[in-house]
This record gives sequence, structure tokens and C-alpha cells, in this order.
Amino acid sequence: MTIEFSEAEKARLLAETIAGRLPDERGRFGPFGGRYVPETLMPALERLTEGMHRHLADPAFLERFRHELTTWVGRPTPLTEAPNLGRAWGAQVWLKREDLAHTGAHKINNAIGQALLAKLLGARRVIAETGAGQHGVASAAACARVGLPCTVYMGAVDVERQAPNVDRMRRLGAEVHAVQSGDRTLRSAIDEALRDWVSDPAGTYYLLGSAVGPHPYPYLVRELHCVIGRESREQMLAAAGALPDAVFACVGGGSNAIGLFHPMVRDSDVALIGVEAGGRGGGLGEHSATLSRGRPGVLQGCYTLLLQDDDGQVQGTHSISAGLDYPGVGPEHALLQSIGRVSYISASDEDALDALNECSALEGILPALETAHAFAGARVWARRHPGRRLLIGLSGRGDKDMPTLSRFPMEARHATA
Amino acid sequence: MQPHERITASIRRANASGRPALVAFMTAGHPDPAGFLPALAAIAGEADVVEIGVPFSDPMADGMTIQRASQSAIAQGVSLRWILDRLAEHDGDGKAPLLLMSYLNPLLNFGYEALARRAAEVGVCGFIVPDLPLEESAPLGEALAAAGVGLVQMVTPATPPARARRLCEASRGFVYAVTMTGITGGAGGLPEGVADYLDALSEMSPLPVCAGFGIRSAEQVRMIGGHAAGAVVGSALVEALEDRQTDVAGFLRGLRGESV
Repeated sequence: MTIEFSEAEKARLLAETIAGRLPDERGRFGPFGGRYVPETLMPALERLTEGMHRHLADPAFLERFRHELTTWVGRPTPLTEAPNLGRAWGAQVWLKREDLAHTGAHKINNAIGQALLAKLLGARRVIAETGAGQHGVASAAACARVGLPCTVYMGAVDVERQAPNVDRMRRLGAEVHAVQSGDRTLRSAIDEALRDWVSDPAGTYYLLGSAVGPHPYPYLVRELHCVIGRESREQMLAAAGALPDAVFACVGGGSNAIGLFHPMVRDSDVALIGVEAGGRGGGLGEHSATLSRGRPGVLQGCYTLLLQDDDGQVQGTHSISAGLDYPGVGPEHALLQSIGRVSYISASDEDALDALNECSALEGILPALETAHAFAGARVWARRHPGRRLLIGLSGRGDKDMPTLSRFPMEARHATA
Repeated sequence: MQPHERITASIRRANASGRPALVAFMTAGHPDPAGFLPALAAIAGEADVVEIGVPFSDPMADGMTIQRASQSAIAQGVSLRWILDRLAEHDGDGKAPLLLMSYLNPLLNFGYEALARRAAEVGVCGFIVPDLPLEESAPLGEALAAAGVGLVQMVTPATPPARARRLCEASRGFVYAVTMTGITGGAGGLPEGVADYLDALSEMSPLPVCAGFGIRSAEQVRMIGGHAAGAVVGSALVEALEDRQTDVAGFLRGLRGESV
């Protein structure tokens, strides 16, 4: 249900993306993106955009960022071959190990980058939203590192299902607010963070955790995560001697996916595949598969695809994974889908759980429930395309999901596989 | 007279009679959809301009009162289409001109041109869209202008002067001066410096300036009246409507400092 383009228009937008000309000055990726916020935030977004361009072009900032990524985050993260999954699926499988980054997920790349920026821009405090808690933990850690107080908004439903992360955030010095309004998941946490920011746009820095929201966030978050795709590309060439045939990443807002995909958009022989949360069915409120089932609209600062009803009310979502439980998606994904460069599929709660158990038992790696969707999507694709080389973005570790997983007893076949 | 000029004229008429204009906000269909038109008639008979809130699932500029009102209205089936259909039955003769206050997404779904036509048809004179900054406002603003319907621009204390001037020039109906950096419904009083801020805006704006956010008492309305053409009362009125015992017309007269 996305916007239709002519073939010529698709080719032009792909060329613009590859040339690094998107987003344009108004923050547009083709028709998607932009800046739809209350007037109170406009000066703050303009200051952020100006400061971002200045510092991202400054060798001293980039060196400081690189130094933190190397010595504090633990980059480059490894590329791991997964021969047991490969045998089971009839493919060559490689994993990009963001689960081994500090705090256990890719989120830290963006958090430390933006925390450094916040400090340079003179912020007095940082606010962040979180779904699964990974961005909250990463923000808390990054703020501790640079010396800024941090407040994290988290939906009350997520506070409950990701309890270990709540305790981690508090120990890292953050204040955690359980959001009781709206649907009490990630989307309500973003609404509440925006309300906080509106109250102090000059002194507060909003450390947004996904490639969503008003310009410049979709661009800024992508730039800070592109290290994932750049490293993967080099590591694949070094270890496998070739680029992958297909790359998989889970997509909620889409930050790890855009970081992995963006540097490979130019590699036309590499299929890029995003996997959304199919939840427990196709009805509104049963899933979070925005790209597969959404229509264009404006939510939380951005024109993108949304799960909404005919009146434009944003709909409730469901996913077993808190981090994918979001009714919108990053505007660059909306563009990459509509020009046909990335395809987006979905995996159900059940498929994700099964893939999580399979990866744990066969490779000794417990992926996050979010990440498990990418494995589930990759497995289906591998069986349809035997003998190919697959790269999966292993965006985070699953330890935080133990309270949820304990509700689903393991099937014996994976225990003995 | 174009519909948006009716708004300006009503505010100027109040000022000409020696008082600040009272702009009253209500969330459509809250607390109950059946009571919408009677409540609107009572409010429009007393206030100088009425802002009708279109409920939205994600009201990011609103505090608890309007969040609660929006959620309850949506749960009871209130939508933009429902509101426009009810307004066709509203008798606006001799009453305050109407504006719709809506987040952008419901308007986008309705379609701008159909919306402008239908709004003009049912007596809506203007729109306020809190998540539509000037830079993104041309498509909606132009569609509304073709039907003579105004798009009100908001200015805030965080807005730099040059930008405030552009907003004042682009606005239609009146200029909405947000009194504070914050969300609607604040009970913490008006910030220091609000008088100077409103004086400066009134000086630069060709249109009347009405101030809103956090205005709850007759004393605040009187104070605002010394520095701006009018005051917007929102959450306090929504709360009065929620308490179904309140005489709404009396409540509005009280805000103007008249005997209830």
C-alpha cells in the first residue's frame, strides 16, 4: 500500500540514495520523512541539524567517536560463520555480531555518538525512549560515559516484560519513567519523551533510538549505525571472499537494518531483506508489520508508512518482541521498499521463537527476540534459494528476554539437535 | 467576508467592546457524543471563537486532560467525518466562529481538498494543526485558502524573532501565541516574561494575537488581555465539561470576570 513510482523515478531515487543525496535539505527521502513537530521544537531541531552537520564533518569529532567505538564499545564486532545453521538450512550463513557490542546490542553505536554530540551542543540533560530496554540501557551507559544525567521513558507494558533492563538502566544512573498513557509500549514512550522535550527544548537533548522521528534523526541515527554495514562488507570480503547473496535484518523502527543495509544499497547483486514482526495474525492490532500492511501518514514527526485506520488513528500493535512493537517505520525504509531496492517480509511470534531456539541450540548464541525475526526470515529464504551465502544482522543478545522466554517451554528437538 | 476573516472580526469586536476575546476549546464528543451539539451551542453562545478538538491517538503536544478526552472520544466513535457531519446540524447564526484543532494525520487521511470544501460547507472558518510547522504547511494551507478557510500559525517563546515575524505573516484568523514551552493543561501558572513576549508579538503581528496554554482563571484572562487580543482556555473548560454539573456558559462568563 505504499506510494507507486514509475521505473524512471525509481532509478532516479536509487541513484540519489547511492550518491548520498538523501535525505534532501528538508529531510526527505523521496516523499518520506520531513519534520512534523510542534513549533516549540523547530528551533531545537534546527540547532541540532546545524550542530550535527558541523560535528559529523569535523575530524576531531569523528576521531573521538571512533576511539569510543574501538575502546569502549568493542568494535569492530566479529563476523561469525554459523556452519550448523548453514547445514540445517542448506546455505552458508554468516552472522554480524552486534550482540557482542557493549551493552549487548547495536543500539550503543547511536547512543554513544549522540551522547558525544549532546555534550558538545551544551545539553544539560538527556532524555530517551526505549521499547525492549536496549536503547535505554545504551543511553544510560553512554550518558554515564560522557557525564550527562539521563531520563528514560519506557511503556509500562515493556517495563514489565523487560524487567532486567530496567534494573540495568537504574544502576547505570538513569531515571526510568514507566509511561501509563496511550498503549503503554514504545510509541507511548516516544510521545512522552516528546512532551518532556517540548517543556525544555533548549536545555534537553532528545537521544532518539531508532531511525524514525523528525529530520535530522533518521539521517543522524543511520550515519551512526552505518559502521555495521561497512564492517560487514569488509569482513565478508575478507572471510568469505565475496559479498553475501542476501542480507537479513529485523525491522521495528529500523535502525540496525538501515545501518546494515545502507552501505550495501550500491551493491546491486546483494539482496537486502528486512523482516518485520508478523505477531499472531494479520488483523489490525495483531502484528507490527508496517511496511507490509501500512499506509502513508504522519506520526511522531515523520511522513512514513503507518498502521492506521481509515480515520487516520494510529493502531495498536502486537509483537512478542518489545523492540519491534511499533506502528511506524523509518522513512528511508519506506523509500527503499517503494523503489524496490529492499524487500520486507514478516515472521510470526511463533517463527521467531522457533528460530531463537534453533540458533541457541545449534550455534551457542542466544539472540534477542527482535533479532530472532531476522533468523526466521532468513531460514524461509534459504530453503527457497539453496546453496546461497547469507548474512544476518545479529542485532542483540537475548538475555533480556528470559522473563518472556520462560513462558514458552522449549521443544525437545532443538535441545537434542 | 471569507470564513477566516470572520474569526479576526469576532476577536476585534470583543476588543472594540473593551474586553479580551475568549477563545474556548472543547474536545469533540467528550465526555459524551450525544452532548456534543448542545455543549457547542452553549459555548459558541458565550465565547468569541470556539476551537473544536479532533481527537487523535497520539496527541504529543497535549497534557493529561486532553489526552484523556481524546482517548475517550475515539473509544466512543468520534472521528473527523463524524464531527463534520454533526457540525452540519449546528446553528451558527449569531454565534462564535468555529475552528478545528487537529493533528495532521486525520486531515491527511480525509484528503485536503475534500476537507477544505466540507469544512467551509459546515461553517468551519479555520484550522489549528499543532504538528504542522510552517515549512510543511503549504499543501494544507493552500487547499484551505482556496475555500477561504484559514490556517492559524502558532508562535512559542522558543521561536526566534525573525521566524515569529514569518509566522505572523503566514497566519490567518489570528496568531496563536503559546505562553510557555510545554504541553497543554499546565497548572503551574504563566511564566515570567509572558507580558513582554505578548507585547512584542502583538506589535509585529498584523492579526490579533491570542495566547493559550495554562490559562485557567479570570485573573489570568484579565492579565493576558493587557498584552494580547485574546486568551485561549482549553483544558480548564474540558475539565468543566467533564463535571456534568457545571453550567458551561456561566463558567465562561466567570472567566471573563462577569458574574456567573
